[in-house]
Amino acid sequence: MISNIVLTTGLLLILIGLWGVLTHRNILRVIIGFSLFGTGTHIVIVAIGYVTNGTAPILDRTLPMSEAISRVVDPIPSALVVTAIVIGMAVTAVMLAYTIRLYDSKKTLSIDALMESKW
Amino acid sequence: MIRSLFTILAIVLLGAVFATIAIGYSEQQSLRPLAESYVQLVPRDLGAANVVTGILLPYRAFDTLGEVAVLFMVAASVGLILGAGHRRPEERGEDVQEAARPSSEIVQTGSQILAPLISIFAAYIIMNGHLSAGGGFQGGAVIASCVLLILLTYPEHQINVAFLSIAESLAGALFVLTGIIGLIAAGGFLDNHILPLGQFGAFFSAGAIPILSVLLGVKVGCELSVILDRFRPQP
Repeated sequence: MISNIVLTTGLLLILIGLWGVLTHRNILRVIIGFSLFGTGTHIVIVAIGYVTNGTAPILDRTLPMSEAISRVVDPIPSALVVTAIVIGMAVTAVMLAYTIRLYDSKKTLSIDALMESKW
Repeated sequence: MIRSLFTILAIVLLGAVFATIAIGYSEQQSLRPLAESYVQLVPRDLGAANVVTGILLPYRAFDTLGEVAVLFMVAASVGLILGAGHRRPEERGEDVQEAARPSSEIVQTGSQILAPLISIFAAYIIMNGHLSAGGGFQGGAVIASCVLLILLTYPEHQINVAFLSIAESLAGALFVLTGIIGLIAAGGFLDNHILPLGQFGAFFSAGAIPILSVLLGVKVGCELSVILDRFRPQP
């Protein structure tokens, strides 16, 4: 049940991000759209790893090794999302760096000013 | 007009695909076989209490190494893009809206109190990666947040980028070296059995995982700090 809600939230975030990327003309808003897109994907991946009534896959006094298999969530999506978050941050940093250079040369943040490569 | 129609069409179609996914999804009732074997193997074979760290560092360490390479590449490319010609507005002959003024007493005192605490917290996160939620990437990001706080408080403060670069390269080289030692002394590249596993759940346990975490934390923290510094107008 919980993962259904989280999955739907993630998918909605992806849609909002895509809408932002496609409709907005300001580069910063497009980048925010991309970030929402990425965050939505992370939430979807984590939601897929949820097991009913599962807890974090960290063993301690309250979660002995013998009970672990029946009580933890899938650790693989979590590990993948750690990777994906870092890559998402890296992509955002490169996009922002390009934005700074574009603003330096065009003095505007609107993508309507960048028509050279449009067919 | 036609473009916004296409946009709406794209969103609606993707929404329809997502709706079928969301409706057809049913929660897992038990672990899949791969996850089950990871949950069994990580504590028994690696001696790490945090299964996610066990997967990230020894089992999928090659992935992690590639990811660190991506981070390094981003730091380099941001430096390349912003390196030359990215200067302060006043140096380009533009009128600056408001002269930059030093941050207030409250901000300065607050960041002086917070910066050491954030650093200690980062060290805690990095060193407890094999025991609880945390690890090299997360701790490195916290280190970078401390650097960001300092940069926001003292905009004129010059960060020693050369030191950060050397520390980062050193951490990366040691990370690969640890991996090669694992190749020679233990089962494979980045194997953590080069050190004794120790007692399960103890601070010094899980073989080489704490060492790998520290190296990863230093590397990620330095890289993110360099990226943050690149975004400032270069003198």
